[in-house]
Amino acid sequence: MLIAVLAGSLVLLGYFLPALQPVQNMLLRWCIILVGVASFLGVFGLISVHADRIRRREKGTPYSFLLFISLAAVFFFTLVLGPNHPVAHAVFNAVILPTEGTLMALLAVTLIYAAIRLLRRRADLMSIVFLCTVVLVLIGSATLPFGELPLIGTVLQPWLTQVLALGGARGILIGVALGTLTTGLRVLMTIDRPYGGS
Amino acid sequence: MTGLLWIAASLVLLLILALWNRRSPRTYRDLPALARLKRELGYSVEAGTRLHIGLGHANLISSGAGSSLASLAMLRQLSERTSVGDLPPVASSGEASLALLSQDTLKSGYDAAGAPELFEPTTGRLVGLSPLGYAAGLMPLFQVEPVSTLILSGRFGAEAGLIVDSAERAHATVLGASDDLAAQSVLFASSHEPLIGEELFAASAYLGGSPSHTASLTVQDVMRWFVILVLLGGAAARLMGVI
Repeated sequence: MLIAVLAGSLVLLGYFLPALQPVQNMLLRWCIILVGVASFLGVFGLISVHADRIRRREKGTPYSFLLFISLAAVFFFTLVLGPNHPVAHAVFNAVILPTEGTLMALLAVTLIYAAIRLLRRRADLMSIVFLCTVVLVLIGSATLPFGELPLIGTVLQPWLTQVLALGGARGILIGVALGTLTTGLRVLMTIDRPYGGS
Repeated sequence: MTGLLWIAASLVLLLILALWNRRSPRTYRDLPALARLKRELGYSVEAGTRLHIGLGHANLISSGAGSSLASLAMLRQLSERTSVGDLPPVASSGEASLALLSQDTLKSGYDAAGAPELFEPTTGRLVGLSPLGYAAGLMPLFQVEPVSTLILSGRFGAEAGLIVDSAERAHATVLGASDDLAAQSVLFASSHEPLIGEELFAASAYLGGSPSHTASLTVQDVMRWFVILVLLGGAAARLMGVI
Protein backbone atom coordinates (compact mmCIF):
# COMPACT_ATOMS: atom_id res chain seq x y z
CA MET A 1 0.00 0.00 0.00
CA LEU A 2 2.82 2.38 0.94
CA ILE A 3 4.63 1.62 -2.33
CA ALA A 4 1.46 2.31 -4.34
CA VAL A 5 0.78 5.63 -2.60
CA LEU A 6 4.40 6.75 -2.84
CA ALA A 7 4.75 5.79 -6.51
CA GLY A 8 1.42 7.43 -7.44
CA SER A 9 2.22 10.64 -5.56
CA LEU A 10 5.72 10.93 -7.08
CA VAL A 11 4.40 10.43 -10.63
CA LEU A 12 1.67 13.03 -10.02
CA LEU A 13 4.06 15.59 -8.50
CA GLY A 14 6.52 14.97 -11.34
CA TYR A 15 4.08 16.74 -13.69
CA PHE A 16 4.27 19.93 -11.62
CA LEU A 17 7.74 19.92 -10.01
CA PRO A 18 10.62 19.69 -12.54
CA ALA A 19 12.98 18.36 -9.84
CA LEU A 20 10.90 15.19 -9.60
CA GLN A 21 10.73 14.54 -13.35
CA PRO A 22 13.68 12.07 -13.43
CA VAL A 23 11.99 10.03 -10.68
CA GLN A 24 8.70 10.20 -12.58
CA ASN A 25 10.35 9.00 -15.80
CA MET A 26 12.08 6.15 -13.97
CA LEU A 27 8.80 5.01 -12.36
CA LEU A 28 6.97 5.17 -15.71
CA ARG A 29 9.72 3.07 -17.34
CA TRP A 30 9.34 0.48 -14.56
CA CYS A 31 5.61 0.57 -15.14
CA ILE A 32 6.05 -0.21 -18.84
CA ILE A 33 8.24 -3.22 -17.94
CA LEU A 34 5.61 -4.43 -15.46
CA VAL A 35 2.87 -4.09 -18.12
CA GLY A 36 4.99 -6.31 -20.40
CA VAL A 37 5.36 -8.92 -17.66
CA ALA A 38 1.61 -8.66 -16.95
CA SER A 39 0.91 -9.42 -20.64
CA PHE A 40 2.99 -12.58 -20.34
CA LEU A 41 1.08 -13.61 -17.19
CA GLY A 42 -2.22 -12.70 -18.88
CA VAL A 43 -1.51 -15.17 -21.68
CA PHE A 44 -0.95 -17.89 -19.07
CA GLY A 45 -4.32 -16.93 -17.55
CA LEU A 46 -5.92 -17.29 -20.98
CA ILE A 47 -4.34 -20.74 -21.38
CA SER A 48 -5.61 -21.72 -17.92
CA VAL A 49 -9.22 -20.67 -18.77
CA HIS A 50 -9.24 -22.66 -22.02
CA ALA A 51 -7.47 -25.70 -20.49
CA ASP A 52 -10.16 -25.69 -17.82
CA ARG A 53 -12.84 -25.56 -20.52
CA ILE A 54 -11.31 -28.54 -22.35
CA ARG A 55 -10.96 -30.53 -19.11
CA ARG A 56 -14.65 -29.99 -18.26
CA ARG A 57 -15.65 -30.75 -21.89
CA GLU A 58 -17.70 -27.55 -22.02
CA LYS A 59 -19.42 -26.18 -25.10
CA GLY A 60 -16.95 -24.57 -27.49
CA THR A 61 -14.07 -26.96 -26.72
CA PRO A 62 -12.97 -27.15 -30.41
CA TYR A 63 -12.44 -23.37 -30.36
CA SER A 64 -10.23 -23.73 -27.28
CA PHE A 65 -8.13 -26.32 -29.14
CA LEU A 66 -7.94 -23.94 -32.09
CA LEU A 67 -6.75 -21.17 -29.76
CA PHE A 68 -3.96 -23.41 -28.39
CA ILE A 69 -2.80 -24.38 -31.88
CA SER A 70 -2.84 -20.75 -33.11
CA LEU A 71 -1.10 -19.49 -29.97
CA ALA A 72 1.65 -22.13 -30.20
CA ALA A 73 2.15 -21.60 -33.95
CA VAL A 74 2.40 -17.79 -33.74
CA PHE A 75 4.62 -17.95 -30.64
CA PHE A 76 6.93 -20.50 -32.30
CA PHE A 77 7.25 -18.66 -35.62
CA THR A 78 7.83 -15.22 -34.12
CA LEU A 79 10.25 -16.55 -31.48
CA VAL A 80 12.32 -18.76 -33.81
CA LEU A 81 12.15 -16.73 -37.02
CA GLY A 82 11.87 -13.27 -35.46
CA PRO A 83 9.05 -10.70 -35.70
CA ASN A 84 10.34 -9.33 -39.03
CA HIS A 85 10.34 -12.68 -40.87
CA PRO A 86 7.90 -12.97 -43.85
CA VAL A 87 6.00 -15.75 -42.03
CA ALA A 88 5.31 -13.47 -39.04
CA HIS A 89 4.27 -10.70 -41.46
CA ALA A 90 1.99 -13.15 -43.27
CA VAL A 91 0.26 -14.03 -39.99
CA PHE A 92 -0.53 -10.36 -39.39
CA ASN A 93 -1.31 -9.39 -42.98
CA ALA A 94 -3.22 -12.49 -44.04
CA VAL A 95 -5.02 -13.43 -40.84
CA ILE A 96 -5.23 -10.69 -38.20
CA LEU A 97 -5.78 -7.65 -40.47
CA PRO A 98 -8.55 -9.22 -42.62
CA THR A 99 -10.27 -10.53 -39.49
CA GLU A 100 -10.24 -7.08 -37.88
CA GLY A 101 -11.43 -5.56 -41.17
CA THR A 102 -14.31 -8.04 -41.25
CA LEU A 103 -15.28 -7.14 -37.70
CA MET A 104 -15.28 -3.43 -38.59
CA ALA A 105 -17.51 -4.13 -41.60
CA LEU A 106 -19.80 -6.18 -39.39
CA LEU A 107 -19.90 -3.27 -36.95
CA ALA A 108 -21.56 -1.01 -39.52
CA VAL A 109 -24.39 -3.52 -39.95
CA THR A 110 -24.68 -4.04 -36.19
CA LEU A 111 -24.97 -0.29 -35.56
CA ILE A 112 -27.71 0.15 -38.18
CA TYR A 113 -29.60 -2.76 -36.64
CA ALA A 114 -29.16 -1.27 -33.13
CA ALA A 115 -30.48 2.11 -34.30
CA ILE A 116 -33.56 0.43 -35.82
CA ARG A 117 -34.26 -1.43 -32.58
CA LEU A 118 -33.66 1.60 -30.36
CA LEU A 119 -37.27 2.80 -30.40
CA ARG A 120 -38.55 -0.67 -29.56
CA ARG A 121 -36.23 -0.78 -26.53
CA ARG A 122 -36.60 2.79 -25.24
CA ALA A 123 -39.36 4.77 -26.89
CA ASP A 124 -38.66 8.13 -25.25
CA LEU A 125 -37.90 11.68 -26.38
CA MET A 126 -34.11 11.27 -26.16
CA SER A 127 -34.20 8.21 -28.42
CA ILE A 128 -36.25 10.10 -31.01
CA VAL A 129 -33.83 13.07 -30.88
CA PHE A 130 -30.88 10.64 -31.17
CA LEU A 131 -32.31 8.92 -34.24
CA CYS A 132 -33.34 12.19 -35.94
CA THR A 133 -29.83 13.58 -35.39
CA VAL A 134 -28.24 10.43 -36.84
CA VAL A 135 -30.45 10.60 -39.94
CA LEU A 136 -29.89 14.36 -40.47
CA VAL A 137 -26.10 14.10 -40.10
CA LEU A 138 -25.98 11.09 -42.45
CA ILE A 139 -28.11 12.84 -45.09
CA GLY A 140 -26.04 16.03 -44.70
CA SER A 141 -22.71 14.24 -45.16
CA ALA A 142 -23.78 11.75 -47.86
CA THR A 143 -22.65 12.33 -51.45
CA LEU A 144 -25.69 12.82 -53.65
CA PRO A 145 -25.80 12.79 -57.49
CA PHE A 146 -27.42 16.23 -57.63
CA GLY A 147 -25.04 17.90 -55.13
CA GLU A 148 -25.61 18.97 -51.54
CA LEU A 149 -29.08 19.32 -50.08
CA PRO A 150 -29.65 23.10 -49.69
CA LEU A 151 -30.52 23.41 -46.00
CA ILE A 152 -29.48 20.09 -44.42
CA GLY A 153 -26.01 19.80 -45.99
CA THR A 154 -24.98 23.44 -45.72
CA VAL A 155 -26.55 24.70 -42.48
CA LEU A 156 -28.13 22.00 -40.33
CA GLN A 157 -25.48 19.28 -40.51
CA PRO A 158 -22.51 21.62 -39.77
CA TRP A 159 -24.50 23.27 -36.94
CA LEU A 160 -25.35 19.89 -35.39
CA THR A 161 -21.81 18.51 -35.59
CA GLN A 162 -19.77 21.65 -34.94
CA VAL A 163 -21.95 23.42 -32.37
CA LEU A 164 -24.32 21.07 -30.55
CA ALA A 165 -22.30 17.83 -30.73
CA LEU A 166 -18.95 19.54 -30.08
CA GLY A 167 -20.31 21.49 -27.09
CA GLY A 168 -21.93 18.35 -25.68
CA ALA A 169 -18.76 16.35 -26.22
CA ARG A 170 -16.69 18.95 -24.34
CA GLY A 171 -19.18 18.93 -21.48
CA ILE A 172 -18.99 15.14 -21.26
CA LEU A 173 -15.19 15.18 -21.43
CA ILE A 174 -14.98 17.76 -18.62
CA GLY A 175 -17.24 15.50 -16.53
CA VAL A 176 -15.07 12.49 -17.33
CA ALA A 177 -11.92 14.43 -16.41
CA LEU A 178 -13.43 15.41 -13.03
CA GLY A 179 -14.46 11.78 -12.45
CA THR A 180 -10.95 10.62 -13.32
CA LEU A 181 -9.47 13.17 -10.90
CA THR A 182 -11.61 12.07 -7.93
CA THR A 183 -11.09 8.37 -8.74
CA GLY A 184 -7.33 8.92 -8.85
CA LEU A 185 -7.46 10.74 -5.51
CA ARG A 186 -9.44 7.86 -3.98
CA VAL A 187 -6.71 5.44 -5.08
CA LEU A 188 -3.95 7.73 -3.74
CA MET A 189 -5.82 8.01 -0.42
CA THR A 190 -6.14 4.16 -0.37
CA ILE A 191 -9.95 4.36 -0.24
CA ASP A 192 -9.97 2.19 -3.39
CA ARG A 193 -7.32 -0.51 -3.38
CA PRO A 194 -7.48 -2.49 -6.63
CA TYR A 195 -4.03 -3.92 -5.88
CA GLY A 196 -5.16 -6.48 -3.33
CA GLY A 197 -6.40 -4.47 -0.37
CA SER A 198 -9.88 -4.75 1.09
CA MET B 1 0.93 25.16 -10.87
CA THR B 2 -2.81 25.86 -11.36
CA GLY B 3 -3.29 22.12 -11.89
CA LEU B 4 -1.59 21.30 -8.60
CA LEU B 5 -3.80 23.84 -6.78
CA TRP B 6 -6.89 22.29 -8.41
CA ILE B 7 -5.83 18.80 -7.25
CA ALA B 8 -5.01 20.05 -3.74
CA ALA B 9 -8.41 21.77 -3.47
CA SER B 10 -10.16 18.58 -4.61
CA LEU B 11 -8.18 16.53 -2.09
CA VAL B 12 -9.04 18.85 0.84
CA LEU B 13 -12.70 18.93 -0.21
CA LEU B 14 -12.77 15.14 -0.50
CA LEU B 15 -11.34 14.73 3.01
CA ILE B 16 -13.80 17.20 4.56
CA LEU B 17 -16.83 15.74 2.77
CA ALA B 18 -15.83 12.15 3.57
CA LEU B 19 -15.78 13.04 7.28
CA TRP B 20 -19.06 14.98 6.94
CA ASN B 21 -20.80 12.08 5.14
CA ARG B 22 -20.07 9.72 8.02
CA ARG B 23 -22.51 11.76 10.12
CA SER B 24 -25.20 12.54 7.56
CA PRO B 25 -25.88 9.99 4.80
CA ARG B 26 -26.66 11.50 1.39
CA THR B 27 -29.40 10.73 -1.08
CA TYR B 28 -28.65 10.25 -4.77
CA ARG B 29 -30.45 11.38 -7.88
CA ASP B 30 -32.18 8.63 -9.80
CA LEU B 31 -30.04 6.84 -12.41
CA PRO B 32 -32.20 4.20 -14.19
CA ALA B 33 -29.18 2.16 -15.31
CA LEU B 34 -27.85 1.73 -11.76
CA ALA B 35 -31.34 1.04 -10.37
CA ARG B 36 -31.68 -1.72 -12.96
CA LEU B 37 -28.20 -3.01 -12.12
CA LYS B 38 -29.28 -3.48 -8.49
CA ARG B 39 -32.32 -5.46 -9.67
CA GLU B 40 -30.20 -7.57 -12.00
CA LEU B 41 -27.76 -8.35 -9.16
CA GLY B 42 -30.60 -9.80 -7.07
CA TYR B 43 -31.93 -11.74 -10.06
CA SER B 44 -28.47 -13.13 -10.85
CA VAL B 45 -28.01 -14.50 -7.32
CA GLU B 46 -31.57 -15.91 -7.09
CA ALA B 47 -31.66 -17.46 -10.56
CA GLY B 48 -28.11 -18.81 -10.35
CA THR B 49 -27.02 -17.07 -13.55
CA ARG B 50 -23.77 -15.34 -14.29
CA LEU B 51 -22.89 -11.67 -14.18
CA HIS B 52 -20.21 -10.69 -16.70
CA ILE B 53 -18.30 -7.45 -16.24
CA GLY B 54 -16.35 -6.18 -19.25
CA LEU B 55 -13.65 -3.80 -18.03
CA GLY B 56 -12.46 -2.58 -21.43
CA HIS B 57 -8.95 -2.31 -22.77
CA ALA B 58 -7.42 0.77 -21.12
CA ASN B 59 -3.81 0.61 -20.05
CA LEU B 60 -3.22 1.87 -16.51
CA ILE B 61 -0.69 4.43 -17.77
CA SER B 62 -3.06 5.73 -20.45
CA SER B 63 -5.79 8.39 -20.40
CA GLY B 64 -8.39 5.67 -19.84
CA ALA B 65 -6.90 4.64 -16.48
CA GLY B 66 -9.50 6.67 -14.56
CA SER B 67 -12.43 4.76 -16.05
CA SER B 68 -10.61 1.44 -15.46
CA LEU B 69 -10.02 2.28 -11.79
CA ALA B 70 -13.65 3.40 -11.38
CA SER B 71 -14.79 0.13 -12.99
CA LEU B 72 -12.57 -1.85 -10.61
CA ALA B 73 -14.18 0.00 -7.66
CA MET B 74 -17.59 -1.06 -9.03
CA LEU B 75 -16.34 -4.62 -9.56
CA ARG B 76 -15.33 -4.72 -5.91
CA GLN B 77 -18.93 -3.94 -4.85
CA LEU B 78 -20.40 -6.38 -7.36
CA SER B 79 -18.13 -9.26 -6.36
CA GLU B 80 -18.97 -8.81 -2.69
CA ARG B 81 -22.72 -8.88 -3.45
CA THR B 82 -22.78 -11.77 -5.92
CA SER B 83 -19.96 -14.03 -4.73
CA VAL B 84 -22.38 -16.31 -2.86
CA GLY B 85 -24.36 -17.08 -6.05
CA ASP B 86 -24.20 -20.44 -7.85
CA LEU B 87 -22.14 -19.00 -10.68
CA PRO B 88 -19.44 -16.51 -9.67
CA PRO B 89 -19.18 -13.20 -11.54
CA VAL B 90 -16.60 -13.06 -14.32
CA ALA B 91 -14.54 -9.97 -15.19
CA SER B 92 -12.91 -9.77 -18.60
CA SER B 93 -10.26 -7.31 -19.74
CA GLY B 94 -8.51 -6.37 -22.94
CA GLU B 95 -5.34 -5.35 -21.13
CA ALA B 96 -3.08 -7.59 -19.09
CA SER B 97 -2.39 -5.38 -16.05
CA LEU B 98 -6.12 -4.65 -15.80
CA ALA B 99 -6.80 -8.41 -15.82
CA LEU B 100 -4.38 -8.94 -12.92
CA LEU B 101 -6.00 -6.10 -10.96
CA SER B 102 -9.46 -7.54 -11.65
CA GLN B 103 -8.34 -10.84 -10.08
CA ASP B 104 -7.13 -9.00 -6.99
CA THR B 105 -10.34 -6.96 -6.82
CA LEU B 106 -12.57 -10.03 -7.16
CA LYS B 107 -10.55 -11.78 -4.46
CA SER B 108 -10.97 -8.87 -2.04
CA GLY B 109 -14.73 -8.94 -2.72
CA TYR B 110 -14.88 -12.63 -1.82
CA ASP B 111 -12.79 -11.97 1.31
CA ALA B 112 -15.19 -9.20 2.37
CA ALA B 113 -18.19 -11.49 1.76
CA GLY B 114 -16.58 -14.09 4.06
CA ALA B 115 -16.19 -16.67 1.28
CA PRO B 116 -12.52 -16.55 0.23
CA GLU B 117 -12.54 -20.29 -0.59
CA LEU B 118 -15.05 -19.70 -3.43
CA PHE B 119 -12.69 -17.42 -5.36
CA GLU B 120 -11.39 -18.78 -8.67
CA PRO B 121 -8.50 -16.88 -10.31
CA THR B 122 -9.87 -17.70 -13.78
CA THR B 123 -12.87 -15.43 -13.13
CA GLY B 124 -10.57 -12.43 -13.80
CA ARG B 125 -9.65 -13.01 -17.43
CA LEU B 126 -7.65 -11.50 -20.24
CA VAL B 127 -9.55 -12.18 -23.47
CA GLY B 128 -7.64 -10.12 -26.02
CA LEU B 129 -4.81 -7.61 -26.31
CA SER B 130 -6.27 -5.11 -28.79
CA PRO B 131 -9.72 -3.43 -28.89
CA LEU B 132 -10.99 -5.68 -31.69
CA GLY B 133 -9.16 -8.69 -30.25
CA TYR B 134 -10.98 -8.06 -26.98
CA ALA B 135 -14.33 -7.89 -28.78
CA ALA B 136 -13.55 -11.03 -30.78
CA GLY B 137 -12.56 -12.87 -27.58
CA LEU B 138 -15.70 -11.81 -25.76
CA MET B 139 -18.29 -12.40 -28.51
CA PRO B 140 -18.34 -16.24 -28.48
CA LEU B 141 -18.29 -16.34 -24.67
CA PHE B 142 -22.01 -15.57 -24.37
CA GLN B 143 -22.89 -18.67 -26.38
CA VAL B 144 -20.79 -20.86 -24.07
CA GLU B 145 -21.52 -19.46 -20.60
CA PRO B 146 -24.98 -18.67 -19.14
CA VAL B 147 -24.64 -14.89 -18.75
CA SER B 148 -27.81 -13.11 -17.57
CA THR B 149 -26.34 -9.60 -17.33
CA LEU B 150 -23.43 -8.00 -19.13
CA ILE B 151 -21.99 -4.83 -17.64
CA LEU B 152 -19.61 -2.96 -19.91
CA SER B 153 -17.72 -0.39 -17.87
CA GLY B 154 -14.40 1.17 -18.83
CA ARG B 155 -12.62 2.23 -22.02
CA PHE B 156 -14.22 0.82 -25.18
CA GLY B 157 -14.44 2.03 -28.74
CA ALA B 158 -17.16 1.53 -31.33
CA GLU B 159 -16.43 -2.23 -31.15
CA ALA B 160 -18.65 -2.24 -28.04
CA GLY B 161 -21.53 -2.56 -30.54
CA LEU B 162 -20.31 -6.02 -31.55
CA ILE B 163 -20.06 -7.17 -27.92
CA VAL B 164 -23.56 -5.89 -27.09
CA ASP B 165 -25.03 -7.55 -30.18
CA SER B 166 -23.53 -10.94 -29.21
CA ALA B 167 -24.79 -10.59 -25.63
CA GLU B 168 -28.29 -9.74 -26.82
CA ARG B 169 -28.36 -12.81 -29.06
CA ALA B 170 -27.77 -14.80 -25.86
CA HIS B 171 -30.72 -12.92 -24.23
CA ALA B 172 -28.48 -11.11 -21.72
CA THR B 173 -29.41 -7.71 -20.31
CA VAL B 174 -26.73 -5.16 -21.21
CA LEU B 175 -25.75 -2.11 -19.16
CA GLY B 176 -23.07 0.07 -20.72
CA ALA B 177 -20.76 2.86 -19.57
CA SER B 178 -17.63 4.24 -21.14
CA ASP B 179 -15.45 7.34 -21.03
CA ASP B 180 -15.05 7.21 -24.80
CA LEU B 181 -17.46 9.36 -26.83
CA ALA B 182 -17.78 6.90 -29.74
CA ALA B 183 -18.53 4.06 -27.35
CA GLN B 184 -21.08 6.19 -25.48
CA SER B 185 -23.04 6.85 -28.65
CA VAL B 186 -22.90 3.17 -29.60
CA LEU B 187 -23.94 2.05 -26.12
CA PHE B 188 -26.77 4.61 -26.05
CA ALA B 189 -28.26 2.98 -29.13
CA SER B 190 -27.52 -0.67 -28.40
CA SER B 191 -27.55 -1.33 -24.64
CA HIS B 192 -30.67 -1.71 -22.50
CA GLU B 193 -29.53 1.02 -20.09
CA PRO B 194 -26.61 3.36 -20.85
CA LEU B 195 -24.63 5.50 -18.43
CA ILE B 196 -23.54 8.77 -20.01
CA GLY B 197 -20.34 10.68 -19.26
CA GLU B 198 -19.28 10.89 -15.65
CA GLU B 199 -22.15 8.62 -14.50
CA LEU B 200 -19.64 5.79 -14.93
CA PHE B 201 -17.73 7.17 -11.94
CA ALA B 202 -20.85 7.17 -9.74
CA ALA B 203 -21.49 3.42 -9.89
CA SER B 204 -19.40 2.40 -6.86
CA ALA B 205 -21.13 4.99 -4.64
CA TYR B 206 -24.60 3.93 -5.84
CA LEU B 207 -23.84 0.27 -5.19
CA GLY B 208 -23.14 0.91 -1.54
CA GLY B 209 -19.62 2.27 -1.42
CA SER B 210 -18.11 4.02 1.58
CA PRO B 211 -18.86 7.67 2.58
CA SER B 212 -15.66 8.57 0.71
CA HIS B 213 -17.20 7.32 -2.56
CA THR B 214 -20.20 9.57 -1.95
CA ALA B 215 -17.85 12.44 -1.06
CA SER B 216 -16.03 12.03 -4.37
CA LEU B 217 -19.36 12.50 -6.18
CA THR B 218 -19.97 15.71 -4.25
CA VAL B 219 -16.46 16.94 -5.10
CA GLN B 220 -17.24 16.31 -8.78
CA ASP B 221 -20.46 18.32 -8.44
CA VAL B 222 -18.70 21.24 -6.68
CA MET B 223 -15.90 21.26 -9.25
CA ARG B 224 -18.41 21.07 -12.10
CA TRP B 225 -20.24 24.14 -10.81
CA PHE B 226 -16.90 25.92 -10.49
CA VAL B 227 -16.07 25.09 -14.13
CA ILE B 228 -19.53 26.31 -15.24
CA LEU B 229 -19.07 29.61 -13.39
CA VAL B 230 -15.57 30.09 -14.84
CA LEU B 231 -16.86 29.38 -18.37
CA LEU B 232 -19.83 31.75 -18.01
CA GLY B 233 -17.70 34.42 -16.30
CA GLY B 234 -15.02 34.13 -18.98
CA ALA B 235 -17.56 34.39 -21.80
CA ALA B 236 -19.23 37.42 -20.14
CA ALA B 237 -15.87 39.12 -19.56
CA ARG B 238 -14.92 38.49 -23.19
CA LEU B 239 -18.23 39.95 -24.41
CA MET B 240 -17.70 43.07 -22.28
CA GLY B 241 -14.14 43.40 -23.56
CA VAL B 242 -12.53 42.95 -20.12
CA ILE B 243 -10.25 40.12 -21.33
